Amino acid sequence: MNRYPLWKYLTVLVALVLGVLYTLPNFFGESPAVQVSSAKSTIKVEPEMLQRVQSLLQQADITTTGSSFERNGPVGTIRFRFANTDIQIKARDLIERALNPNPQDPDYTVALNLLPASPQWLSAIGANPMYLGLDLRGGVHFLLQVDMEGALTARYDSIATDFRATLRDQRIPTSGIEREAMSVVLAFPDDGARSRALALLRSRSNDMTFQEGAGQGTLEGRPILTARMTDATIASVQSSALRQNITTLHNRINELGVAEPVIQQQGSDRIIVQLPGVQDVARAKEILGRTATLEIRLVDDSPTATSALAAGTVPFGLERYDDTDGRPLLLRRQVILTGENLQDAQAGRDQQTQQAAVHLTLDNKGARIFRDVTRDNIGRRMAILLFEKGIGQVVTAPVIRSEIPGGQVQISGSMSAEDAADIALLLRAGSLAAPMTIIEERTIGPSLGAENIEKGFQATLWGFVAVVAFMIVYYRLFGVFSSIGLTLNVLLLLGLLSLLQATLTLPGIAAIALTIGMAIDANVLINERIREELRRGESPQAAINIGFERAWGTILDSNLTTLIVGIALLIFGTGPVRGFAVVHCLGILTSMFSAVVGVRAMVNLTHGGRKRLKDLSIGTVWKPKD
Amino acid sequence: MEFFRISRTIPFMRHALALNMISLITFLAAVLFIIFRGFNLSIEFTGGTVIEISYADSAPLSEVRETVAGLGYTDFQVQNFGTSRDVLIRLPLAEGQTSAAQSEVLMAALTEATQGVELRRVEYVGPQIGRELVENGLLALLFVIIGIVIYLAVRFEWKFAVAGVVANMHDVVIILGFFAFFQWEFSLPVLAGVLAVLGYSVNESVVIMDRIRENFRRQRNVEVRDVIDGAITQTISRTIITHGSTQMMVLSMLIFGGPTLHYFSLALTIGIWFGIYSSVFVAASIAMWLGVKREDLVKPVKKDDTVEETYSEQS
Repeated sequence: MNRYPLWKYLTVLVALVLGVLYTLPNFFGESPAVQVSSAKSTIKVEPEMLQRVQSLLQQADITTTGSSFERNGPVGTIRFRFANTDIQIKARDLIERALNPNPQDPDYTVALNLLPASPQWLSAIGANPMYLGLDLRGGVHFLLQVDMEGALTARYDSIATDFRATLRDQRIPTSGIEREAMSVVLAFPDDGARSRALALLRSRSNDMTFQEGAGQGTLEGRPILTARMTDATIASVQSSALRQNITTLHNRINELGVAEPVIQQQGSDRIIVQLPGVQDVARAKEILGRTATLEIRLVDDSPTATSALAAGTVPFGLERYDDTDGRPLLLRRQVILTGENLQDAQAGRDQQTQQAAVHLTLDNKGARIFRDVTRDNIGRRMAILLFEKGIGQVVTAPVIRSEIPGGQVQISGSMSAEDAADIALLLRAGSLAAPMTIIEERTIGPSLGAENIEKGFQATLWGFVAVVAFMIVYYRLFGVFSSIGLTLNVLLLLGLLSLLQATLTLPGIAAIALTIGMAIDANVLINERIREELRRGESPQAAINIGFERAWGTILDSNLTTLIVGIALLIFGTGPVRGFAVVHCLGILTSMFSAVVGVRAMVNLTHGGRKRLKDLSIGTVWKPKD
Repeated sequence: MEFFRISRTIPFMRHALALNMISLITFLAAVLFIIFRGFNLSIEFTGGTVIEISYADSAPLSEVRETVAGLGYTDFQVQNFGTSRDVLIRLPLAEGQTSAAQSEVLMAALTEATQGVELRRVEYVGPQIGRELVENGLLALLFVIIGIVIYLAVRFEWKFAVAGVVANMHDVVIILGFFAFFQWEFSLPVLAGVLAVLGYSVNESVVIMDRIRENFRRQRNVEVRDVIDGAITQTISRTIITHGSTQMMVLSMLIFGGPTLHYFSLALTIGIWFGIYSSVFVAASIAMWLGVKREDLVKPVKKDDTVEETYSEQS
């Protein structure tokens, strides 16, 4: 009657082993590490860097306990673990000297850091410690609101400028083209002009909708067209603005040398930035808000300039900049265009040759200037400069082959697809697509974080001890089973959370404690039910069977309703509430499994095979005297 | 050990009417306090800046107040937080000034006044986030109510669904009433705690309903009131033990969890004890007033559902 097939025992055993394995990494703490990331957006950290640093350390007889290369979006990071902080500092200084020969203009950010110290074989099976939330670790948290209206307004402004140029080129008379709120209004002297304009614009811009109407106010009586972006276009403008902002933030945050920055999209127009371990809020904010700038200038390749360059002097009226490979170039001082005129840069392919290329889109003003400059300077080179932290670097300096009138510029030549993607990213990363404001900010000191962990751990531990002690005293052997089941539950929950790489916060710890308290419910239901059946005069074996069977329905019902609540919190909660809800929901599932399957397996294993079971060690079964 | 030596059914429902009146009065009082006193909402809901600082020895609160007032703030709070060395300062939203600027100016002023001040944390929440949190909290509440009603109506019967949800709301409103009456700080963890109580107290009612249904199946021709009394009597031991265990956990959080978890555990404590009370005297008695019958829960077996036995060839 109370026997499980072998596979059920094995399931419980496997669950237990997995629970232990995946909970383990949380107990190893952290070991000192050094992290190398790029300090400039023109320099990339590649896996090859790992070997380079490795050999550096070997030559200096510095032993590492582990290394890793990680790619986060376009950004690579290398990390080395060391046995203690002395070695860590020594290694940091060595790597710093080797990678940044010029301390005034560092190419790489070499930062001290902490990494989980769990052994290699655990990381290999994907067992990593839980990520500690800021309240347990210390650091800075920002919630940024991206001003989508700003992004859209800017787009409409440039569309209005485009329309003016298009209609002027085609000699279609207008009575004014203006942006009004989220639309562009074009007014015409007569219906004929309007219908010609409509046909022309429709054929050119398929991402806009046009609506005919009659003018109001100052445009009274004139035929007008109202142009709006289609919903799909608006969505793509917004999502690309958000993506670009996130990329830009990534590049900037790398300068801080933060251990594990979290940069996530939240909702359709918000970005969360978390910088664990950073205490200097002012600096973090300054870096988040900084804009890199782009400039386009002509290159001076005249013989005088070339010989001056060889001699190491800079003639009057020119400035010397290096390109990404470190080759010097002499540029004219006059700035032809700035990043403001560049609307977009995308990697693509040349239509004819299928070579990799970068496509630039200039705004109207930019397009006009570009047309004039290219017409007058065919055969010369034009450099695109990126200024970061006041230091300029030439991203690319292509030769002008012909006049480029339309504002659609293509850069191609001897570049790989990867180069094209890099250049496009650099040109985009220079600026934020839309302005951002900080709407939420938290700073937690490191000492407070350590205290919070301590408090949460203490609260859970003592509560657990009290509950286990009570169960064993009250239910004897069955109480021991329940306590083992409860331990299995905690292991499974921690293991799952570690496997999901959940972020543990103080409310999360509180949820774990609460889950333990509530998990007891299932055990109490079962044990009370068994006692009740014994009271009714059932034999011990039958009492066990009926007790588990009957309690199961109740446990399922009560846990499902609790799960409904947990899911509601997951859907509508943010931040700490959501962290609480994740633990709450997982805890319900693990407690059902451990109480119903885990404890039953133990009971069956110890009692199932006994034919003549006289009584159960489940505490006093009191019977009323009739 | 056995705490519950109950030899005959306890007539819980005998006093249902009186207790329901008390519940109603408590409930209305809670509603009044919520309306007229309102909550002491934490910064997460109101927006503003919270700065926690810690001194080497006990904090000079009056000096801190003077310093803050000296910076031109009028509507602010300065209080001890946890220990006598830690101070919590709340500043209202300042137009056009970010919190980092606020906290830096304040820290500079405080350090000038007293040496050895350590900044422990700064939290700034914009006004918009607060509004969203309130909206999301209410939406979550609505979702939970609808979800539970549907679940209970399907699993049991609509009368039980109504009873369960009323009992649930009773608990939540009374917890909120406590927070309004005592002006305890209502923060995000407290909200999570209140919502956890929602699940918790319905869980309670479900266990009793389960028993009522089972007893209807077992016993025929018994008064509804006696069946309900019996169900509660049979489950009361489990109810008290379970809640005792959870309470041990919550008590541990109250003692060791520090100030951050203080009100969270307080909300849970109130929720646990009112949860027991309401599952017995609110959920069960409302189900009784609504006139739960045996036929509601025990579906009569239809004649044509019985499968005839047939012979067939062995394969």
